[in-house]
Amino acid sequence: MSTVYDKYELVVGLEVHMQLMTKSKAYSGDANEYGNLPNTNVSAISLGHPGTLPRVNSKSVECAIKLALACGMDIHKYVFFARKNYFYADLPKGYQITQDKTPICTGGQIKIKTEDNSDKWITITRAHLEEDAGKSMHDQDPFDTLIDLNRAGVPLIEVVSEPEIRSSKEAYNYLTELRKLVRYLEICDGNMEEGSMRCDANISVRIKGETAFGTRCEVKNMNSIRNVQRAIEYEMKRQIDVIEAGGTIQQETRSFDAANGTTFSLRSKELAHDYRYFPEPDLQPLLISQKQIEDLKAQMPALPQELHDKYVSQFGLSEYDAMVLTNEKEIALWYEELIKHTKNYKSACNWINGPIKAYLNENALHIDDFTASPEQIASAIALVDDGKISASAAAEKILPELVKHTSKNALQIAEELDLIQSSNEDEIIGLAKEILEAWPDKVANYKNGNKGMMGLFMGELMKKSGGKANPKMATAIFQDLLK
Amino acid sequence: MRKYDSIIEVQNDLRSGVLNLPQLVRYYVSNINAKPQLNAFLEVWEEEAIKRAEEIQNRFNKGEAGKLAGMIIGLKDNICFKDHAVSASSKILEGFKSIYNSTVVDRLLAEDAILLGRLNCDEFAMGSSNENSAFGAVKNPLDESKVPGGSSGGSAAAVAGDLCLAALGSDTGGSIRQPASLTGIVGLKPTYGRISRYGLIAYASSFDQIGPMTRSVYDSALLLEVMAGGDEFDSTASHNAVPEYSKLLETKGKKKIAYIKDCLESPGLNPEVKQRIYQLIDQLKAEGHSVDPVDFPHLDHLVPTYYVLTTAEASSNLARFDGIHYGYRSKDAAGIDNTYKKSRTEGFGKEVKRRIMLGTFVLSSGYYDAYYGKAQQVRRVIHDKTMKVLEEYDFILTPTSTNEAFALGENTKDPIAMYLEDIFTVQANLAGVPAISLPLGRKQSGLPFGIQLMGRKFEEQELLAFSQKMMNQEV
Repeated sequence: MSTVYDKYELVVGLEVHMQLMTKSKAYSGDANEYGNLPNTNVSAISLGHPGTLPRVNSKSVECAIKLALACGMDIHKYVFFARKNYFYADLPKGYQITQDKTPICTGGQIKIKTEDNSDKWITITRAHLEEDAGKSMHDQDPFDTLIDLNRAGVPLIEVVSEPEIRSSKEAYNYLTELRKLVRYLEICDGNMEEGSMRCDANISVRIKGETAFGTRCEVKNMNSIRNVQRAIEYEMKRQIDVIEAGGTIQQETRSFDAANGTTFSLRSKELAHDYRYFPEPDLQPLLISQKQIEDLKAQMPALPQELHDKYVSQFGLSEYDAMVLTNEKEIALWYEELIKHTKNYKSACNWINGPIKAYLNENALHIDDFTASPEQIASAIALVDDGKISASAAAEKILPELVKHTSKNALQIAEELDLIQSSNEDEIIGLAKEILEAWPDKVANYKNGNKGMMGLFMGELMKKSGGKANPKMATAIFQDLLK
Repeated sequence: MRKYDSIIEVQNDLRSGVLNLPQLVRYYVSNINAKPQLNAFLEVWEEEAIKRAEEIQNRFNKGEAGKLAGMIIGLKDNICFKDHAVSASSKILEGFKSIYNSTVVDRLLAEDAILLGRLNCDEFAMGSSNENSAFGAVKNPLDESKVPGGSSGGSAAAVAGDLCLAALGSDTGGSIRQPASLTGIVGLKPTYGRISRYGLIAYASSFDQIGPMTRSVYDSALLLEVMAGGDEFDSTASHNAVPEYSKLLETKGKKKIAYIKDCLESPGLNPEVKQRIYQLIDQLKAEGHSVDPVDFPHLDHLVPTYYVLTTAEASSNLARFDGIHYGYRSKDAAGIDNTYKKSRTEGFGKEVKRRIMLGTFVLSSGYYDAYYGKAQQVRRVIHDKTMKVLEEYDFILTPTSTNEAFALGENTKDPIAMYLEDIFTVQANLAGVPAISLPLGRKQSGLPFGIQLMGRKFEEQELLAFSQKMMNQEV
């Protein structure tokens, strides 16, 4: 049933701030580490003391170049910095060093899935380098606000998308892809809860078919990708309700309240800051050489999209399998190692997405803590492929042993545990005959057309053989005896 | 004790044993104490200076002292020295001590200079008379009814008044050269980027340069060679090689010198100053140098361009003095916005507030293009035109100031009149070229005025060598 909401189209552009994983800060040598005691990662520079000057951390520039290479962005040869002036207690210089008219990268795209699972490219407007502010803590002391400047000067990259996102799900997918990308590139840990990745959403609505944009509201303070989605859903409804009630949307900045899933006004456009941007006179423009770009290009890791495409088109994996494998960089890298030792891509994928992940989950481990080697797992795949053990025996019995004994391969363990499937035809025929003789009524049942009885016979056979009978051979023998 | 005009004289006497360093420190301290009305030193680090003098004297005796042994220096109160107060002569930095050394302080100390104390200046180096200090005006030691110039007025007064052998100043639009002119000493503003600004409390980042204020060209050259050079803490500091300026003070061959005719014909220029310049031009010509008038059609734009750009940068540079992190906080401030407003209103002086307001205005949205953007373009034109003149000529010769030192209070009512004091000096800062003021003029009144030479970027060696020649020939 169609509702009034269906008349409208959602328009969203996202601004994502990501803390870069450099050893030192954006414009000083102070440590860039999370979780230290307040005001310990600071020198006169982070403290904004008089006379101090910034200097550019070349590693943060490298991070930007890597992201640009990953998203097909244009990298600008001359990097200019600018000052954004505003007063805040956790901004010790009274301005933020950022980039204004000349961002380091422009253009580029990120591929996402839409609502109906088709592909869509979201255009990136720009990405620029800047520095984080400190933290004001209002709840630590009954009388005063306390300021921690450890975060002041931490390098950030801000990635701004075009307003091409059309649903909250697309926003969710865009952020998931972007986060995946920066994690693959190892430039940001993408942790929204800890604030190392932060998102502001510019949200507007318009009647479907309109080409002009509606008035937008900027929503801040969403500490998870899911909350960005919730905020967009709420905001879309709110804006449509205002318009339908005959009102107009005011351009303003709003904050998301995660407790009840709503947004509330922080400040109107009239109260917006005049940041008085101007070129940062303390920093010379930085020159990025073609060689620097080429060197970084040569060091680029495989990216999730590339791996995904390879798995589907070359390995014949399903879209779903490929997605699950590439969601996490470490998992994908493990798969990449595994397929150096086996050509059974599908089976390798099933091992990772099945028993290995199950093992990790049960033991609350990360893939990096998984002790069995790709060679060991490949040896188990080979054993199953050769019909020496059953897939279930491999997963249930071999895998735990491989984890414990990292010097052993699957064959050694299978032999020790006496799991090698018997392919001795006489032995299997003997056992099969015993079973059929013991259950004449079941045999009659089978012969009357109840083919399901086969499962029963096979189960019994496995029990008697201690799970070692080659199931293919056993099935053939039963079929023969029951003719 | 005799008055020393150069470290060469000091080191000779140290060598011969007629002088020792603690003695020299005590001599300067007694001079400071004898003339408290000059108000040049805000603080004297006597005990520390004497202790250091003893150590350096020991090293000197063993032949192990640095090249600045004997150089007793006052620091302008906008240069950071670890564990020492620094206030930019402002109330807003009340009680503040630096937690680090400026690069120049590190380099001076490494060569065994002795830092005697910090010197009064115009608040945040904004002014041309040293009357804008939270600690009161500085008086000209040559005539105590007159200003010493500014903003490095305390530095100039201390050097001219024999309160120390040399001083550091900073020059954003003439703040070293104009006071040098009004007190009869040598003041050098090096090329922008020649000396690291790390640890200099910023006024206008793209203009500021630290420089020496001395009684001899030799001392200026020696201090420059110690302080100059690349610095990982200042990305605007040049990594160009630093010559041993003090050993290269001999000038060779005939020079091409330009003077700006409109400059000398400007109605504000005192006739005695004008006459002296023409006399020098004739003298240089007689020596075989070529001295030509050149057109410089941007004279009227120099001061406005300078003030738009420097106030813009200052409005941002001074934002950090907010009453929250360090320095002065209003006693009855409550809440964050109120703390900013009250602390800054009470902590900054009138001229500083005027410039912050001006700078905030010229950067505001809607006005940026008309003021800041336009001024940037004009600066580029002035820079290019200056470079063009200096392609053809080795130096540009001008007066440093329009006249001798003016009376205390004379210009304070009219900020525009005060801003026009900078007419001859701002060009070097707008263009980033080195410039020196030499005490080559003296009026009938007996008061001095300076002659300015501007040179090519990073060619301080030529500039200093030619300055030495001009000083030697003065009759």
